Amino acid sequence: MSMATASIPTVERENYLNKHYGVGSWLFTTDHKRIALLYLLSITFFFFIGGFFALLIRLELLTPAGDLVQADSYNKLFTMHGMVMVFFFLIPSIPAVLGNFLVPLMIGAKDLAFPKINLLSWYLYIIGGVMMLHCMLTGGVDTGWTFYVPFSTAFSNTKVVEAGLAIFVAGFSSILTGLNFVVTIHRLRAPGMSWSRLPLFIWAHYATSIIQLLGTPVIAITLVLVAAERALHLGIFDPKLGGDPLLFQHLFWFYSHPAVYIMILPSMGIISEIIACFSRKRIFGYSFVAFSSIAIAVFGFLVWAHHMFVAGISVYAALVFSLLSYLVAVPSAVKVFNWTATMYKGSIYYDAPMLYAFGFLGLFTVGGLTGLFLAALGIDVHVTDTYFVIAHFHYIMVGGAVMGYLGGMHFWWPKISGRLYPEGWAKLAALIVFIGFNLTFFPQFILGYIGMPRRYYQYPPEFQVLNVLSTAGATILGVGYLLPMVYFLWSMRYGKPAPDNPWNAAGLEWKTASPPPTFNFDEEPVVTWEAYNYDELNRFPVKEETPVAR
Amino acid sequence: MPDSQLTAAHNPALLHHFAEPQQQRDAASLGTWVFLGTEIMFFGGLFCTYLVYRRGYFGDWGAASKTLDVTLGATNTAVLICSSLTVVLAVWAAQTGRRRLLIGNLLATLVLGTAFLGIKGIEYKEKFEKHHVPGASFQFNNVRIPGHPDQYANPSHAEIFFALYFVMTGLHALHMIVGIGIFIWLTVMAWKGRFTPEYNTPVEMGGLYWHFVDIIWIYLFPLLYLIDRHP
Amino acid sequence: MFDNFPLWPQRASTMAGNVDALYIFLLMVSGLMTLLISVCVVFFAAKFRHRPGVQAEPIEGSTPLELTWSIIPMGVFLVIFSWGAVVFFQERTPPRDATEVYVVAKQWMWKLEHAEGQREINELHVPVGRDVKMIMTSQDAIHSFYVPAFRIKQDVLPGRYTVAWFRATKPGTYHLFCAEYCGTQHSGMIGSVVVMEPAQYEVWMSGGSTGPLSASGEKVFAELGCATCHRPDGQGRGPNLQGLFGKTVQLEDGRTVTADENYIRESILDPGAKVLKGFKPVMPTFQGIVSEEQLNALVAYVKSLSSTRPGNAMAAGSTSPPAKASAQRSQVQ
Repeated sequence: MSMATASIPTVERENYLNKHYGVGSWLFTTDHKRIALLYLLSITFFFFIGGFFALLIRLELLTPAGDLVQADSYNKLFTMHGMVMVFFFLIPSIPAVLGNFLVPLMIGAKDLAFPKINLLSWYLYIIGGVMMLHCMLTGGVDTGWTFYVPFSTAFSNTKVVEAGLAIFVAGFSSILTGLNFVVTIHRLRAPGMSWSRLPLFIWAHYATSIIQLLGTPVIAITLVLVAAERALHLGIFDPKLGGDPLLFQHLFWFYSHPAVYIMILPSMGIISEIIACFSRKRIFGYSFVAFSSIAIAVFGFLVWAHHMFVAGISVYAALVFSLLSYLVAVPSAVKVFNWTATMYKGSIYYDAPMLYAFGFLGLFTVGGLTGLFLAALGIDVHVTDTYFVIAHFHYIMVGGAVMGYLGGMHFWWPKISGRLYPEGWAKLAALIVFIGFNLTFFPQFILGYIGMPRRYYQYPPEFQVLNVLSTAGATILGVGYLLPMVYFLWSMRYGKPAPDNPWNAAGLEWKTASPPPTFNFDEEPVVTWEAYNYDELNRFPVKEETPVAR
Repeated sequence: MPDSQLTAAHNPALLHHFAEPQQQRDAASLGTWVFLGTEIMFFGGLFCTYLVYRRGYFGDWGAASKTLDVTLGATNTAVLICSSLTVVLAVWAAQTGRRRLLIGNLLATLVLGTAFLGIKGIEYKEKFEKHHVPGASFQFNNVRIPGHPDQYANPSHAEIFFALYFVMTGLHALHMIVGIGIFIWLTVMAWKGRFTPEYNTPVEMGGLYWHFVDIIWIYLFPLLYLIDRHP
Repeated sequence: MFDNFPLWPQRASTMAGNVDALYIFLLMVSGLMTLLISVCVVFFAAKFRHRPGVQAEPIEGSTPLELTWSIIPMGVFLVIFSWGAVVFFQERTPPRDATEVYVVAKQWMWKLEHAEGQREINELHVPVGRDVKMIMTSQDAIHSFYVPAFRIKQDVLPGRYTVAWFRATKPGTYHLFCAEYCGTQHSGMIGSVVVMEPAQYEVWMSGGSTGPLSASGEKVFAELGCATCHRPDGQGRGPNLQGLFGKTVQLEDGRTVTADENYIRESILDPGAKVLKGFKPVMPTFQGIVSEEQLNALVAYVKSLSSTRPGNAMAAGSTSPPAKASAQRSQVQ
């Protein structure tokens, strides 16, 4: 797509990055944009730690025998891979980085409603993260990220309490982020920014925040109970003392199922922005896409026990939860149809963010459809707790959420850094990630159906071929994830300066400088147009010949 | 920061990113309510756990509940209800600019809150003495189930009752301690004369929090103390 | 026995075909959907790619279209749901006259005991064409009984019974996996189910038995002195156990329960929890006195006292939460 160069000044303007220098100006900042960058650094750190664990897991599974690591080490690897990726990467990823950066910009606010609480939530995340690192370095934990009792309370001899408390603290970071978003979206919208003019990214974050606010406290108290049970043998979850292990599973999944929507909803918001921008069109069925986010957030709270169909719940409870699970699938399907329809009669550009969006559409479709298999009671009995489940949720949480996250990072990188990334490398990375991802996780669907249980560090030899394919894919995927980090860093020094609106995109965030000034807008914006007014923008096309990004 | 200094000139309490005081008040109020919503979910997990086991271990829990000191519990309920009154008066005093009344009521709230914790401490001490603290030294032998004089309560099930008793009242007490911290800060601010009829949001929000903690107790008291009391 | 690179699991039980049929239907539905979406995306991306001078057409959306693609998927989902539920009910409803096998899972092995008295570790021998019902419990963490070739899986919980059943259709040796993570050797908790021709099975059956499980249960019953109170003439201090199993009984506090495996188990371990109407709660607990194996034997014995034994008193998988088991302080570690 054409990139406007008209507004690049020769002298660098004052912006949030160059206004202050020094470590203190970052560590005590209350600027949502700077806090977003603090989060970006910290979640990237944890992403590569979690990725390193994943790599070791895949290497161990290259052969049927348990040869690379000990059984206990393997159990710690998959446990910490899960805990780090879920609680320290996926849940904060899009909301705490892109959401933090963009929510005030998109609604025309100077900052989030509670800037100090925003900083506090980063510190809580860091405290939780340091506790988690300490736990990992001093022996680790081996319960699986699900903490199932009574194994976690009575049988594991690893650092369960410490891991639980780390997640407890990080949970409050998540709650405070959600609280900030809800209040900001309600109270700090610029004049004229009505609810029906909000970008879908904002709707998605609003829905996400509701889940963070209502779900996270429940996992927090559940982990407190696990820690107390483990330390003091209270009996709450110990069947020997009359406790009920299924109660734990109910409480755990009451948060942890909606948590999946904390990961995927913001990603869906990003995809809506990207597809509209690179199809040069208003999103098809704006209000349906907006309300489907809210519907997912609400229905998402009613389906938790579909993780427990074989756990010992009654047949009738299973029926209800299966039916409700199909209900929550409808709004997700509606979104996919709307995105596809948005491209119809558009004017489509193939820039890197759009390639990630294409990838998202494919992977999320497969992930969502395999969810239908798992919600079908008769099939769930066979495939639950096998690699089928692993493949399914990676298609959603990595294929969907991470693809959207990367797409968003590329889309808004010029705004965040004020620099353009190398477009060719970005396209290559998108392709590598897509291929690597499918090679890693598609074989796992087959593995699951032929019966390989999850969390196995040695396995019968007939599963080997598919495991080798998966490991091969994982190495490709790893390269695909390293590339963007390299060229983003490169672009910060060598990238061309980005214009204010390199994609000629709609949305308030593109109407301010790249990078934005500390208080976001030089004068308070007044919104007089609908969201995604691409038909108006298209009438004033920017110069075609500017060869900025490619 | 020239921007914020400019706004600071006309209203010291208005933060830079708000357009007007009303917006700031609305944001604080919504933020507090949303926060209290998450608190409800936090305690909600415990109330669910309570309900599941209460249904399952009906008689055992009746027996365990009967060992609690209902007089102390009722006294504490009264103390908290009085403290809610002083909080309301403090908010009213702040809104109408009565500084001495405000400080007086904040101090009264602090006294009542501390009294609550003191009484709670007495109760906890009694539990230690009776070996009703869950853990290795827990004892609950030969306690009859109310209404079934020939039946003894199962100590394990009673232990779950006491576990939840300590977790729930403990968390509540923790919230009380946080509340006392907030009110000490409010008292200091009031002493310095920071609150005016135009700016008193912190008093109002602190008050909301205090009422919420009271309401949690209003649920805890019958669920823990009164489930098996008959006239 | 195993090919090196299977893409489909073996089909060795009556349930396998049902599950596979639904699975294939879902594969077709989702294959079609994936095809539809990807064809649309690729086609639109190619056909409507940016061309200089050609602008995107502003389209707001269309409520009829939105309704169409909400309601049609909803309909398809309901079909899948119903089909899945039907298969699930079959999986969860053991036939009445199924042969019973008691399973005790522990870190990290499977202990199985046939009603006829044969005991096995990590191996289960069954004949082709007979319904087998497993009554399972765990000694420690949660495990899960998973036989891919039979398409059955059921978590095995401490402190209560869960049930699964199958009818094998093809002789052979099949994997028995633990599917719920249970600690260090979770992936070593692998056994096998050996399906034999009935004649072979009879030969296998004839060796190594110490008599039927209910007989050992009767012995335990006598050793523990249960018979002093639970007298067959109904004159004892405890209820007469003849014909009790499978009945719906009235409790002292007015509730009614079905006297299933979990009820018998609970009444031995926590006798005060559900006392029969007309009896006093005088029975002491046997928690920590009887082992899981003895408990299974006692349950089998009590069941054998009911002449018409309804095998499916308890639907597979279902339990009565919360699990009730009691312990004396001294037994708690």
